[in-house]
Amino acid sequence: MHEEFTIPSKDFSVAGEASSKIKRILKQLNVPPQRIKQIIVAVFEAEVNVIAHSYGGKVLCDIEQERVLIDVIDTGPGIEDLDLAMTEGWSTATSEVREMGYGAGMGLPNIKKSCDELKIYTKKGDHTHISMRFTL
Amino acid sequence: MKLKEILECVDGKLVWGESHLEDEVIRGFASDLMSDVLTILEDDILLITGLSNNQSIRTAEMSDITNILLVRNKRPSQNMIDMAKELNISLSYTPYSLFKTSGLLYAKGLKPVY
Ligand SMILES: Nc1ncnc2c1ncn2[C@@H]1O[C@H](COP(=O)(O)OP(=O)(O)OP(=O)(O)O)[C@@H](O)[C@H]1O
Ligand SMILES: [Mg+2]
Repeated sequence: MHEEFTIPSKDFSVAGEASSKIKRILKQLNVPPQRIKQIIVAVFEAEVNVIAHSYGGKVLCDIEQERVLIDVIDTGPGIEDLDLAMTEGWSTATSEVREMGYGAGMGLPNIKKSCDELKIYTKKGDHTHISMRFTL
Repeated sequence: MKLKEILECVDGKLVWGESHLEDEVIRGFASDLMSDVLTILEDDILLITGLSNNQSIRTAEMSDITNILLVRNKRPSQNMIDMAKELNISLSYTPYSLFKTSGLLYAKGLKPVY
């Protein structure tokens, strides 16, 4: 099953809509609730990062018999130092983003903890592509 | 603790979710930072927060949290109430600060997450 969601930049009123829909699908497929929570936390963090830090992008979701593949691809501006960005507590969130409840610098570390396989392509001046795999 | 006991303890008012008043809440987690909340894997949590916008509801949805308590008299907007209804999450508020609310509930036996 393949699903695609467009994620805007800066519009927090829709933050979580894609993750919410994916969550509903996993529920319908009777994936255990604890597993759904792990998957969805990672998807939600990546979705919010697109809204908070990028020019917008999309979430691609492929659900197969034994695994879930999620690709979150934005249109820039890319991350300058990925090791730093992966560090717990490191954040460049603006005050607008903080007012919305984000900017703890925990998103990427949370994503890393939650997925079975994580690949990240990013480069300053280019886009960011987060590819996550979860076994069911 | 039951949600109704929690509300009595902090002079809280329920805005939506009467069916949750008998919910057995085991732990409390107080934060205005949503990724902090998203690290929690335990169930039956009360989210205590000063963040009164729809992101607190979204975060609760993602982490399967079904009870939210807003501090410092922050009344939820109609939009938040609508979302809470749709997701079956109870919404309450207390006049007390995040610190006082957490202190009172901790003293009454609500457990911490970490
Ligand atoms: N899609 C992205 N595009 C550009 N920069 C990003 C992107 N995702 C993350 N970053 C950068 O990496 C930093 C760390 O991201 P992370 O998700 O860990 O924390 P945060 O978004 O700042 O806060 P939190 O996720 O805890 O609310 C961000 O502050 C930002 O500088
Ligand atoms: Mg983030």
